[in-house]
Amino acid sequence: MIHRLRFLLPAAMALGVLALASACGGGVSSSDKTATAAAKPAATGTPAAGATGTAAPLSGKLEIFSWWTTGGEAAGLQELFKLYGTMCSPNVDIVNSTVAGGGGAAARQVLTTRMLGNDPPGSFQVHMGHELTDTWVTTNYMESLDSLYTQQGWSNVFPKGVLDIVSYQGKPYAVPVNIHRANVLWYNKSVFTANNLQPPTTLDEFFTVADALKAKGITPLALGDVEAFASVQLMETTLLGKLGATGYDGLWTGATDWNSAQVTDALTTYKKMLDYVNSDHSSLSWDQANDLVISGKAAMTIMGDWLEGDNKAKKFTDYGWLPSPGTAGMYDALSDTFGLPKSAPNRDAVVCWLKVVGSKQGQEAFNPLKGSICARTDCDASKFDAYLQSAMADWKKDTIVPSLAHGAAVSQGWLTGVSDAVTAFVADKNVATLQSRLADACKGAKVCK
Amino acid sequence: MTIRWSRVAIYTVLILFALLYLMPIYVLLVTGLKSFQEVRLEQMWNLPSGLRFDSFREAYDALDSNLANSFKMVIPATVVSCMLGSVNGYVLTKWRFPGSDILFFLLLYGMFIPYQSVLIPLVKTLQQLHVYGSLWGLVVTHVVYGIPITTLIFRNYYANIPTELVEAAKIDGASIFGIYRRIVFPLSLPGFVVVAIWQFTSIWNDFLFAVTVTSNPTIQPATVALNNMAGSYIVEWNVQMAGALIAALPTLIVYIILGRFFVRGLMAGAMRG
Amino acid sequence: MRFDGRRLLRRVTSEQAAAVALIVPSVVAVGVFVYGFIGWSALVAVSRWDTVRPDYTYVGLSNFRNLIEYFRFQIDIRNTVVFTLFFVGACLVIGFSLAALLDRRVWGEGLFRSIYLFPMAVSFIVTGVVWRWLLAPRAGVNILPEKVGLPALSYGWYTDAHVMNIHADSRLGDALHAAGLGFLADPNYGIPVAMISVVIAATWQMSGFVMVMYLAGLRAIPDELRDAARVDGASEAQILRHISLPLLRPVTLSAIIILGHQSLKIFDLVMSMSRRGPGFATDVPALFMFETTFQGNHFSQGAAISIVMLLAVSLLVIPYLFWSLRREARL
Repeated sequence: MIHRLRFLLPAAMALGVLALASACGGGVSSSDKTATAAAKPAATGTPAAGATGTAAPLSGKLEIFSWWTTGGEAAGLQELFKLYGTMCSPNVDIVNSTVAGGGGAAARQVLTTRMLGNDPPGSFQVHMGHELTDTWVTTNYMESLDSLYTQQGWSNVFPKGVLDIVSYQGKPYAVPVNIHRANVLWYNKSVFTANNLQPPTTLDEFFTVADALKAKGITPLALGDVEAFASVQLMETTLLGKLGATGYDGLWTGATDWNSAQVTDALTTYKKMLDYVNSDHSSLSWDQANDLVISGKAAMTIMGDWLEGDNKAKKFTDYGWLPSPGTAGMYDALSDTFGLPKSAPNRDAVVCWLKVVGSKQGQEAFNPLKGSICARTDCDASKFDAYLQSAMADWKKDTIVPSLAHGAAVSQGWLTGVSDAVTAFVADKNVATLQSRLADACKGAKVCK
Repeated sequence: MTIRWSRVAIYTVLILFALLYLMPIYVLLVTGLKSFQEVRLEQMWNLPSGLRFDSFREAYDALDSNLANSFKMVIPATVVSCMLGSVNGYVLTKWRFPGSDILFFLLLYGMFIPYQSVLIPLVKTLQQLHVYGSLWGLVVTHVVYGIPITTLIFRNYYANIPTELVEAAKIDGASIFGIYRRIVFPLSLPGFVVVAIWQFTSIWNDFLFAVTVTSNPTIQPATVALNNMAGSYIVEWNVQMAGALIAALPTLIVYIILGRFFVRGLMAGAMRG
Repeated sequence: MRFDGRRLLRRVTSEQAAAVALIVPSVVAVGVFVYGFIGWSALVAVSRWDTVRPDYTYVGLSNFRNLIEYFRFQIDIRNTVVFTLFFVGACLVIGFSLAALLDRRVWGEGLFRSIYLFPMAVSFIVTGVVWRWLLAPRAGVNILPEKVGLPALSYGWYTDAHVMNIHADSRLGDALHAAGLGFLADPNYGIPVAMISVVIAATWQMSGFVMVMYLAGLRAIPDELRDAARVDGASEAQILRHISLPLLRPVTLSAIIILGHQSLKIFDLVMSMSRRGPGFATDVPALFMFETTFQGNHFSQGAAISIVMLLAVSLLVIPYLFWSLRREARL
């Protein structure tokens, strides 16, 4: 009798383990899925007409996945959510799924794992261009947005350059919410006036100014590349400055020969630029490099225009901007976009989200907070600050080229090969090796022969 | 009183090392007490201009529900881990059967897989078990991947319980469960402490599984929320570091409370190999 | 007591069955979550899966061949070896030294122990962030001497791209060349200076744990042994070296296993501290695997990296485990 009671302890343990393991229904996700399954109406061809939700009322959950976790980006996202409540439906529960980190690195890992596990969010943030197309479109994960674009008249509102980049085989697959510019030279005005120098517009001017600054003990160019994208971006703006828009574009289509003398020349210029950079660049993030400019220890930094948000947060106002040396008239663009995954839960709610994101109201609410300009050409410029207004003016007339470092110009697989080559180059400064590795990366992506 | 120089030397070394070990904590604390404007790399050693607990308050507000999630996940996972490890260690040392050594080795080898490489099949498997996306999914994950180390610790620990005790009980007619309940379990406290501390720490501080298995921000553990406090572009270091300290508090408290038993557990052979 | 052979026999076998049954859940769990997943990884590693769409087309060992020839992976192997040797070595030496000192009936032992152990409570991610600041050349430890009036240090720490290796044109390089080992005189067989910074951060985190293990081990050595040696005139240092240390070998081996498995998988620390480092000086296989799989969508290459890492681990772990199990069987 006592014998049998001794079974109780381990039996209880075993039962406990089994109970824990089979605790289905305790998870949020299962109840989520039943809720969304009930709310999801039968997928018809065209999405419901009108942005004010006059058709079937939307409800259930809408999960938006991004890496906009803090600051202006998070604030802008909240504005979009608020607009969704009025433009689409107040009954939709928006789940703000975010993963912070390095321009999306951690978020991409989570997103990829989820998509492979057939657990897509409603919509996710993704950079326009090959990052979207080669990752998700050619692999058949996204729905085409042809009918939505027609219905919303977006082909008349987004510039052709952008429409081309978000499309694949003639059909658009994402809605761009903003445009950032990567080829911007930011400088500390006082440092230049104190040293009787003019901020440079060409590469030759840059090196003259840099020599003068270096002689005075000021770091000419601040770089923070603990995250590899910063040095890739610096190379990108140099290539753009030396090769021009057509030459630069050709690098990513196979039209420009990676082994040509012009490319060698451009890469040698990049190497020269690195001589004027702070020696501890691999310990600083780009915003810590900006601290050097703010404190006057460095004069300039070449970084995308999200840097302005950093200046504002640090209450620094003595800055000026120019297109990076040699790239006047060229807009090195990247964009955050949202698309429609094929098995997205609550599809109609997602479609309405896309409408909000692509609307004038939405873009005017989001972009001033984010520190970017609208992808649409009809936004009200008075809502934006001085830099953004000048960027909007440039956007209307400049040649648009796709950014390399931010997924517009090349696929992710190609970009990692470039990134590896650049990291090695920044340390060993061997132009020949860099050039051959970049050529190999192009071949590996099956774009070059 | 004669000054024994050897004692002076000992204390000097110990104090020097203590300062070295505390250096990072100082930086964390001091940065957490600063305002965003004051937080600059070059000024990292400077004391804050005033004692502002704003960063701590902000960090706590951001983290508080996630801290609760962490507890909800870590406590069951640690408890089950301990029980499993104990049972496994017990069986492998006191009830050896042909092949138990190979089995132990096979269990142990699991410690070495890099977790990045199992994320994709892990998600699929957890979906089959209907625990993907929930804290239970994390509990299952941590329990399973904790089996090798907890088994190792308990096996080493139980190896130091004399076999004669167990043999005598066997002859007296006690069953496998009885011996565990009557003899082994009461002696296991130090072992449990070592395993509990190790598992609590690893599971509490895990980020990779947390961010992969749970996607809903309301149920994510504190490590994910802490990471999200760093913006993707602009990092508010003061809030970040305040948050890091807050997130480390529970583990620290566990150490302070159980620390004495930790040493006792190690002395009783939990890691003696 | 009457000896009922049959009943005893039945009890023995039913108990053995119960023993097996108790351990079966763990075996099944590990079988699926470890070996099943390793099998899947191996399958992916010999496939051509290069986009977000799974593709299991068999391509033999070409992924492995490409990987071994890829410059970044070669650097990673070197970095892992360097990191493991220095990290494990430093933890063992520092841990043992502190334990030996604390064993001497020190006032405030509990406080010292807590201070040395506390870093383990912090996550590797936080450790990485703090040490990134502490060893930033522009700040941190470099400017600390200025606070006490000494000149600042100017080490590059983890921004230093320098690799210390035998140069091909040195005397040692010539000697190696003559012995047919000329390939060793290459940066791929050197010590990246930047890695030392990561070692410092990791050692800060884990040496307290090793210290506690050694302290427990020292306390477990019977006093008679050491007293006898003292009576014979041995100094404390000699006692440590000839009596304590040999008896602590099992502790050392346990520590090596635990530290070793962390160092081979190290990811969080590097990711939050220095990332790749200048010229990949602090790059590690787990980081490469993460980036190539989840940024580059090269799933097959990522899986190949995992398999290579596992094979490398096996080469070290299997002999140790066999040795230790056989040793126990002999006891």
